[in-house]
Amino acid sequence: MGVRRRSGSFILQVNPILCDGFGHCAELAPELVKTDEWGYPILVTEPVPLSNTGAYESARYAERGCPRQALHIHRISEKKPH
Amino acid sequence: MHSASGRPLSLAQHEQAFASSFQITSLLDELDASGLTGRGGAGFPTGRKARLIKEQRGHNKFMVVNAMEGEPASHKDQTLLSANPHLVLDGAEYLAASIGANNIAVCVARDNPSVVNHVEHAIHERTRRSLRGPKLELHTPPWRYVAGEESALVHWLDDNESLPQYRPSRPHILRIGHGPTLVDNAETCANVGLIGRYGAEWYRGLGTPDNPGSTLVSVTGAVNHPTVMEVELGTPLRAILAAADSDPDPRAVLLGGYGGSWLSAAHLDVAYNNEALKPYGVSAGAGVVVVLPKTSCGIVETQRIVRWMANESARQCGPCAFGLPSLAEDLTHIAHQSRDPRGAYQRLGERCSVIEGRGACRHPDGVIRLVRSALEVFADDFATHLKGSACAGSRSQRHYANVPSLEREEELVWE
Repeated sequence: MGVRRRSGSFILQVNPILCDGFGHCAELAPELVKTDEWGYPILVTEPVPLSNTGAYESARYAERGCPRQALHIHRISEKKPH
Repeated sequence: MHSASGRPLSLAQHEQAFASSFQITSLLDELDASGLTGRGGAGFPTGRKARLIKEQRGHNKFMVVNAMEGEPASHKDQTLLSANPHLVLDGAEYLAASIGANNIAVCVARDNPSVVNHVEHAIHERTRRSLRGPKLELHTPPWRYVAGEESALVHWLDDNESLPQYRPSRPHILRIGHGPTLVDNAETCANVGLIGRYGAEWYRGLGTPDNPGSTLVSVTGAVNHPTVMEVELGTPLRAILAAADSDPDPRAVLLGGYGGSWLSAAHLDVAYNNEALKPYGVSAGAGVVVVLPKTSCGIVETQRIVRWMANESARQCGPCAFGLPSLAEDLTHIAHQSRDPRGAYQRLGERCSVIEGRGACRHPDGVIRLVRSALEVFADDFATHLKGSACAGSRSQRHYANVPSLEREEELVWE
C-alpha cells in the first residue's frame, strides 16, 4: 500500500466526459459518492482528511473499480506548521 | 465604421482611419493598465490571460480569435467583422507578437458565409502586402452553441471535433498539438488593436475606473430596431434600450446570453457593467440584451430557450445530457399545465442544484443560472400557472427570444 500519509486530505474527482454512469463508485465508496436520478455520481466536494483511512480506502477501491477509469484521487498536501 | 459601399474597410482605408503616432513599448503592460476584460462572456482580464500563455514554454504557440458567436441573440462579432476585420486582425497580431505565437487562427462559424468571405478577403489583403509575421489562417468550424466554448474550439483546431474538454484544474493551459494556445474573443481583439494603436490612457477615457472602455451590445426582442451598438460601460440600461427604440415599459430583460439571467424591469436604471450588475446576480456576459414585454409569458420564453440549449448539449457528460432535457420537460409541464405542474415545479429546483457544476464545461451551469433567475423574476407567472390558469402571454404565438429550430440528434454536426 505504500506510505501511509496521515496529514493532508484528498478529494475524489470525476471526469464527467469519460463517466458513463456505471455506478460502481457509489457501491464501492458509498460514503463519498451518491448517484443522481440518472445514475451519474455526485461526489463529496469538501476535502476528506487522509487520517480517515476508511474513506481513503474506499476511494481507492472506487478509483480502481471504475470501468471507464474516470475517477481520480486528488491529494491536497497540508503545509506543515513550523 | 462601414465604408460608403457597405463593404468592410480595406487595409488601406483601415490604416488611414486608425493612424496614430502613439509608440507602444510593452503591449502586456498597456493591457494591464487599460483594465480590459474579455468580451466573450467570462470577463477575465485579457492582460493576465496573455501573460499566462507568455510564461509557458513552447516554440509553436497559437493565437486563436474566437468569432464563433454561438449565442443566437448575439450579432456583435459578425457586425464587427463585416465592418472592420482589420482591427480584429491587428489586435490578434499584437497579441501574437506579445506572447510569441507564430500562428493566428481566426475561427468563424461556417454557417455565416458572408462573414467568412469578409475575413478571407482581409487575410488575403494582409498576406499579399507582406508575408512576414505570424501565419494567418481562417478556420470554419460548424456553428454549435458549445463550439464557441474555448476548449471546444481548441479541440476542433487540434482534432476536428467541436467538443469541450475536461479541465480539472484552473487555470488550464489549452494546447494545439503541444503549443500553448491563447483564445480571445473577436471583440476583445478589436479592443486590443485599439489599445495597441492609442495606448491604455486613451482607452480609459471611456467607462468607469473599474470597468473602462466600451462594449458591443446586441439588443433584440421587443424592440423596433434590433441593433448591435457600441456603448460606454456604465451607461444606464434604460438608455441602451431607448437607443434601440424598445418597448418603453418592458417586463424583464435577458442579459448576458442564453446562459445568462433575467433582470426584472424594476432594476432597469442599473449601470451596464459587471460591477454594477453583480448585486443582481447578473453579468454583462457576451453583450446580449433581449427585451421581454409585459404581454408575454416568462415561463414560455424560458422554456423555449432551455429546450434549445438542452438540444445543443454536446452529450458528453451525463448530468448535462440527461439533466437539461429534463429541466426543459419540467418547464414544459409548468408552461402548458400538463401532468402535475406542481410536482414539476418542485423537481425543477431540486434538479437545478443536482446538475450544477457537474459538466466538463459551463454549459449546464449557464442554463441553471437562467432557470433560477426565471424562478425569481417570473415568480408571479409561476404562481398563476401552478394555480391551473394559463397566463394570457402563454397563449400568444409571438415569442421574443430568437431560438433556432431544433435539430434532431443525428443531424447535429460536430466536425
